[in-house]
This record gives sequence, structure tokens and C-alpha cells, in this order.
Amino acid sequence: MTPSAPVHPLLEAGRALILIPARNEEEAIGGVVDEVYALFGKIPVLVIDDGSHDSTAAIVKGRGARVLRLPHHLGLGGALQAGYRLAFELGFEYVVRIDGDGQHDPRFITDMINAVAQPGVQMVIGSRFVASDDGYTSFLRGLGIRLFRAFLRPILGKPVRDPTSGYVAVNREALEVFSKSFPLEYPEIEALVVLRRRAFHFIEVPVSIRPRRAGRSTITALKSVYYLVHVMLGVLVNILIFDRRRWR
Amino acid sequence: MDRLLLLTTLIAAGLIVTVLVSLRRAHIRVEYSVSWLIAAVILLLLAQLPEPLRWFASWAGIQDPPTVLLFLVAGVFLVVFYRFSIIISHLRDANIALAQRVAILEFRLENVEDGRL
Repeated sequence: MTPSAPVHPLLEAGRALILIPARNEEEAIGGVVDEVYALFGKIPVLVIDDGSHDSTAAIVKGRGARVLRLPHHLGLGGALQAGYRLAFELGFEYVVRIDGDGQHDPRFITDMINAVAQPGVQMVIGSRFVASDDGYTSFLRGLGIRLFRAFLRPILGKPVRDPTSGYVAVNREALEVFSKSFPLEYPEIEALVVLRRRAFHFIEVPVSIRPRRAGRSTITALKSVYYLVHVMLGVLVNILIFDRRRWR
Repeated sequence: MDRLLLLTTLIAAGLIVTVLVSLRRAHIRVEYSVSWLIAAVILLLLAQLPEPLRWFASWAGIQDPPTVLLFLVAGVFLVVFYRFSIIISHLRDANIALAQRVAILEFRLENVEDGRL
């Protein structure tokens, strides 16, 4: 799978931000930032350092990208929300989130921005499974994704092929929502429900996922079960109490 | 039954003393000590009034009054734990919002100093 156009005008105009959450990614983050700059030039890149104990922040700063350093570890959702808040306050119109471990190929950023800039689309998911179900990283993960698809279909009112993807682009409407209300743990799936409750729309565009540049996944079988239960409960809670929920 | 009531009395008294000492040493805030003190007083009352326990056991169809005591003690502590779960959730929300705001302000300050904002 090859991505399309190289540099999007919205990126060149500084209206779009590349958001990269990272925690202890010193071995991979430099390569990720370098790759983004090599493809698109010095576009706005913000790395959210979620309480790293290593030199993640120093490496990013050395590359000339900006770093939002959290005073302590907040978890993926808390870190992402901090990034969304800052992006909203700084006036960005589009935000593309990619992972700091190098799994997300930045060449698809242009496709993501093209898709999210369409009228009536608030969020775009970079999906591994738009064309086919090939590409499951493991049997357990594949099983989980199929389960989430079936679970989310009636809630979202439309099918979603890759609900756990972290390769995501949002426009300013979704950015405003996420800056105020964002799931704090395992946010990808719950975020879809948050948007759905506001009658926002998402679409999926095909991307391919690469092996991580360094380190290894911390997801174990036990954590997968916890993740499954946590996310399903989180989705149900979002449906039940969303309208009365306090906006943070 | 009498030994169980005595044991419950001792536990309740011990809890009250522990909470008061913690308060005096400022290890626990007054607002968070109230739940424990109320729970301890309820335990003390239950241990001193076996007749209501027997009446409740009879009403609930429980043959063994000590079971009722354990049931009620568990109930009291469940309420206390639930209250603290709510408090912890609020504190975590506040902590996350505060950490995010600190990070954003620090970011803005650094960028103002660098002339980038």
C-alpha cells in the first residue's frame, strides 16, 4: 500500500499539527520526528512526553520539534488530551496523531488530512483493515478487534473496521470536543462514542502499520482481558452518563 | 456471641483511637476521618446492643445472630470504601486537569522566553 500526495497545503500553511504521544521512547522517537521532517519539511510537530524517565524530551528538542512535558505520568488518554487542549488553544485546525514508536508510517498523513478536510467529516481513522482483514498483529488482537466491531456496530450506527487504531486525524470541531472531554484510559474506542454522541462523523482511510522501531509491546494476555472489559464498560458508561458528565 | 461482641467493641474502640491519633498528628484530614469515626461508632453501638441484632436476625430469618453482625459490619465498611472511591475519582480528575494545565503553562512560558509565541 502506498500513500498519495507528498505535502498537503494545510501542512505547509501551519494549520495542521502532528501530535505524537511518547513515554520512554528515546530509541524510536528521534527517527519518527526525522521521518516526518524529511517528508514534509519543518511542519508543526508536538511530542507529548508522558513522564518519561529517559531522554525522549531532549532528543525531540534536539530535532527542533516542540515538547509538551507532563509533570508526571498521566496515561495515554490524559497525555493525548493535554496535546489536544494545547493544539486547540494554539488555534490549529487539524491534528494528526501518530505513535512515537514508529509503527505509523507518516507518509499517510497527507491522505489523513485530505480525508478530514472534507465537509461533514470530523475524524479520520487510519485503518489497517479497510480493504481486507490481513494484518492482525496477533490472534488475540484480531479476536479483540472483531469483538469490538460487533459491539460498536449498533452503538455507532455504522461499521468500523479498525476501532483500536491510534492513527487518527481530527478537525477543529472534534479537537474542541476532545480538548474538553476525552477518555483517560484506552481512549481510541471510547473517543468514537464521544464523537457519535455529538452526531459527528468519522471515516476510515487505508494505512499500513510497520513493526515498532524499538522496544516491545507491554500488552500481555491478562492486560488484554482487562483492556477488553475496561473499554466495554467505558463505552457503556459513556452512553449512559455522557450528557450529564462534567466537562473537564 | 459474647466474645464476638467483645471483639467488635475492641475493634471499634481501636479504630476510634487510631483515627483520633492520626488526626492529632495531621496524618488524616478531618473531612476524611468523619467516615471512619461514624463507621466505628456504628460498630460500637451494634456491639453494645445485642437485642436489636437478635431481632434483626429473627426478622431476616438468619439462625445465627453473629452472622448478622458480620453482615452489618461488612455493609458499613462497604459504604465507607465506596465513599472513598468517589473521593479518589474526583481527586484523580482534578490531578489530571491540573497536570495538563501546568504542562501547557510551562510550554507557553518556555516558548514566550524563546520568542516562539
